[in-house]
Amino acid sequence: MLLRNIAHTRTGDKGNRSTLSVIAYNPKDFERLEKCVTPEIVLAHFEGIVMGPIDRYSLPQLGALNFVMHNALGGGVTRSLALDAHGKCLSAKLLDLVIE
Amino acid sequence: MTRLLNPNILRLGAGAGYAGDRIPPAVALAEKGQLDFLIFECLAERTIALAQLEKLKNPHSGFDPLLRARMKAVLPACMANGTRIITNMGAANPLQAGREVLEVAQALGIDQLKVAVVLGDDVLSLLQTDYLSEPLIDSKQTVADIQPLLVSANAYLGAEALLPALQTEAQVIICGRVADPALFLAPLMHHFQWQADDWPLLGKGVMVGHLLECAAQITGGYFADPGYKDVPNLARLGFPLAEVNAQGDVVITKLADAGGCVTVQTCTEQLLYEIENPAQYFQPDVVADFSQVQLIQAAPDRVQATGASGSPRTDTLKVTLGYRDGFVGEGQISYAGPNARARGQLALELVKARLADAGLGDFEARYDLIGVNAIFGNAPACQNMADTEPTEVRLRVAVRVQTQAQAIDIANEVEALYTNGPAGGGGASKSVREVIAATAMLMPRAVIQTQTVLLDNSIGGS
Repeated sequence: MLLRNIAHTRTGDKGNRSTLSVIAYNPKDFERLEKCVTPEIVLAHFEGIVMGPIDRYSLPQLGALNFVMHNALGGGVTRSLALDAHGKCLSAKLLDLVIE
Repeated sequence: MTRLLNPNILRLGAGAGYAGDRIPPAVALAEKGQLDFLIFECLAERTIALAQLEKLKNPHSGFDPLLRARMKAVLPACMANGTRIITNMGAANPLQAGREVLEVAQALGIDQLKVAVVLGDDVLSLLQTDYLSEPLIDSKQTVADIQPLLVSANAYLGAEALLPALQTEAQVIICGRVADPALFLAPLMHHFQWQADDWPLLGKGVMVGHLLECAAQITGGYFADPGYKDVPNLARLGFPLAEVNAQGDVVITKLADAGGCVTVQTCTEQLLYEIENPAQYFQPDVVADFSQVQLIQAAPDRVQATGASGSPRTDTLKVTLGYRDGFVGEGQISYAGPNARARGQLALELVKARLADAGLGDFEARYDLIGVNAIFGNAPACQNMADTEPTEVRLRVAVRVQTQAQAIDIANEVEALYTNGPAGGGGASKSVREVIAATAMLMPRAVIQTQTVLLDNSIGGS
């Protein structure tokens, strides 16, 4: 199944880091998120885009994971030559992650 | 001037979430929100640096370009309803912004307006000789490395800097760089007499500010995903308002007739937006802790947020530094129909070869086909999309160089694909811009002195 069937996401930017929240639609899916959406898996999904490392914070009472992806924005919003300098589109890209 | 319909609840509205934000939702809040405060957050990371460049050209500019339009739109309702306004639209020139607001008020026939201007965030002069060996955040460089290129240096002031202005009779309070959540924390501290070392309460106030600071991003903006996350009446999306009590408990809601929605989902996305470690959200007034926050759907479009806390503030303030970082030349052109992708790819190779021949030395460049790989590049996880044959592609080349002349040459090289490139290129566009990059440092808070200046039509209107 795809991550998008059980979770929604939003990205933000901080310098050259991208922050990415992954939020379960249903709190009962949180454990599954914790198990299936690890920093290693997210880094592999964004291979070639995010250099890493990636930190993960858990907020079980919100059914949410918060990722901090380092070296993710081509030097940072104000310097990047990318069309999407903020990395806003990364949140949607994670939704097609295949999970167990 | 604060409304006292219910002194136990303070009603804060978000009037803008960024510099270019929509104006009608702010007017609706001013007219119907029964607000104590309407707060406009309009300063992105490098906005002040760009405003500073404007001010160098014209000493009467350097404030937010939409200031007059926003004030003209909301002042009548705010004055009629006793709603005070707080905004960072002063950007690089808060004093001139204050004068502009008085002019707008006078033109509207509002004579009694008082404006409080908060100064002190601009610390550029301190960097002429001091702090040169200080490290830049997230960089191996020091201030000295970029000092000759500096355009602006602005400390993120806290709510504390706004308190003297709130204690005046000013209906409009204008500042430059203030931490975004502090724009909302300040009226809470002022109204409920929260102490500057009551860390748990300040943490709760920061959460209120963080939830509101991006305006529509909590009422269903930046949220809709058809079939997955549908938002009602998105075209008439409203801005949020918060009802906060003296204990810092808050309900986020919106006007009943405004479009959008306030749900646990929209609030969770915004709570975590641009947050790194949720237990340590560094702010000038407090290190806020969102790690235990609970969100409850109390009623339709009403979400209660509890459980934020905080720990003591640090001894330093973050200072954003704007500096000149070369020029970017960019050009685009489209190819469509059969073999569009191959023609676009050929065009990219031509530009690459011609730029190599031009002898520009080392430069940083980006070669994209919009519709194929402009967003995710050629990352392996995106290959499935990159293999499909698009009906149309748009070539985009962006190059960073040292001089404006070089940047112009590069943009022209893309445009020249019209007559010197593959068949059927159309809709070329080009741009050249100076890059004002932003970085940051920490400065001892003790050296940053703030000041409040009160303006009214007797001294500031001309």
